Amino acid sequence: MIERIERQTTRVKSFLLRPQHWRYFRAGQHLDVRLTAPDGYQAQRSYSVASAPGLEGLYELVVERLENGEISPFFHDVAEVGDAIEIRGPFGGHFVWSPEDGGPLLLVGGGSGLAPLMSILRHLSAVSDAVRVILLYAARTWDDVIFREELIALDGAKADFTLLLSLSRDTPRRPHDIGRRVDASLLKVALARLGAAPRLTFVCGSNAFVETITGHLVDLDLGPETIRAERFGG
Amino acid sequence: MATRGFTGRRPAPELADRVPPGQSLTEDFPVLTAGPTPRISLGDWSFTLKSGPRPVKRWTWAEFNTLPQTKMTRDIHCVTKWSKLNTPWTGVLIDDLLADAELEPPTSHTLVHSYDGYSTNVPVADLIGGKAMIATHYEGKPLTPAHGGPARLLVPHLYFWKSAKWINALQFTERDEAGFWELRGYHIYGDPWREQRFTGD
Repeated sequence: MIERIERQTTRVKSFLLRPQHWRYFRAGQHLDVRLTAPDGYQAQRSYSVASAPGLEGLYELVVERLENGEISPFFHDVAEVGDAIEIRGPFGGHFVWSPEDGGPLLLVGGGSGLAPLMSILRHLSAVSDAVRVILLYAARTWDDVIFREELIALDGAKADFTLLLSLSRDTPRRPHDIGRRVDASLLKVALARLGAAPRLTFVCGSNAFVETITGHLVDLDLGPETIRAERFGG
Repeated sequence: MATRGFTGRRPAPELADRVPPGQSLTEDFPVLTAGPTPRISLGDWSFTLKSGPRPVKRWTWAEFNTLPQTKMTRDIHCVTKWSKLNTPWTGVLIDDLLADAELEPPTSHTLVHSYDGYSTNVPVADLIGGKAMIATHYEGKPLTPAHGGPARLLVPHLYFWKSAKWINALQFTERDEAGFWELRGYHIYGDPWREQRFTGD
């Protein structure tokens, strides 16, 4: 059941779901959502869980409203608090992080690809003290940064977490942020600020974003087997 | 039970029975790989047929390209819910591969191996009789790396995670052995028409 809906940016809302049978899960996993029309027609989509496993009883989903989407306009324009939504999962056995995986970690996200990385970051902050993490997050503008206040607060509060924002169509607001798309030199900066080779790298976003980023990371000599990708879109 | 306020967008009626349960049609060609795209030079490429640990026959790229080429246009279905109709592929049928190696399948099961360490299991029965090929071209052009080039397995009647990209070996195994995704919660067989996405479905 939808317990809360929060507007994150002009195009993105997050939905907090409280299911009848909540299951503990691994940070980075996703839920399958199934919607049924009155005549029985069904449509399914997967959404990464953005909340940490420690947020007991709830799953937070991040939904970007796609103009030609079948499901996202329903979530944005029709769904209300109190509605029942059919879900399965959480699922996912690869793009996941558990404390025993350790660090250092490089997280790279584009747009709504932030969702599973947010789960990893929130989980890590709750359970682990000594893992060094960098999140390089790409968005169009300052106002498109999902969970912006939470990320900035975490950057200030946690010594071993660093947030780097890459804004492709905006000027940077914080001293270390960048006003251009993520490229090889920006990834080099992120790696330098991490201070050590990442044990694991998680990259999530559109396919074009992930393909570009992972290509650069391999060129920067990161072992391909240490890079995990989650892609969506065409 | 219906979801309040959801009406949905159905596929055109003439296409509806080509879309397995839970799938949506796309005109795009999404890429879903768990890691970076491997880079394989044609000079380094080889494909090996194995019986258990024993290599039976190995082809270089030049040798592979002397094998009979077949065109296959099929619908494909990804476990992440998208389906794409009428995808045109060209490659070497598994039947022709086995004929060139003069090999009758020694077991009923195979484990397929890829250059990036990926693997997936496919029963022999699902590979022979024209059902599967090693594809090297899509829409008449060489397969791009993002879509599995230089060569990938194509088994269109199963969920597309079985169509292993960057294939480098086909290994006959005594038992049905779970591959990469099957070890991570995906179904051991993967029939889209029975919606066999996850273990236990």
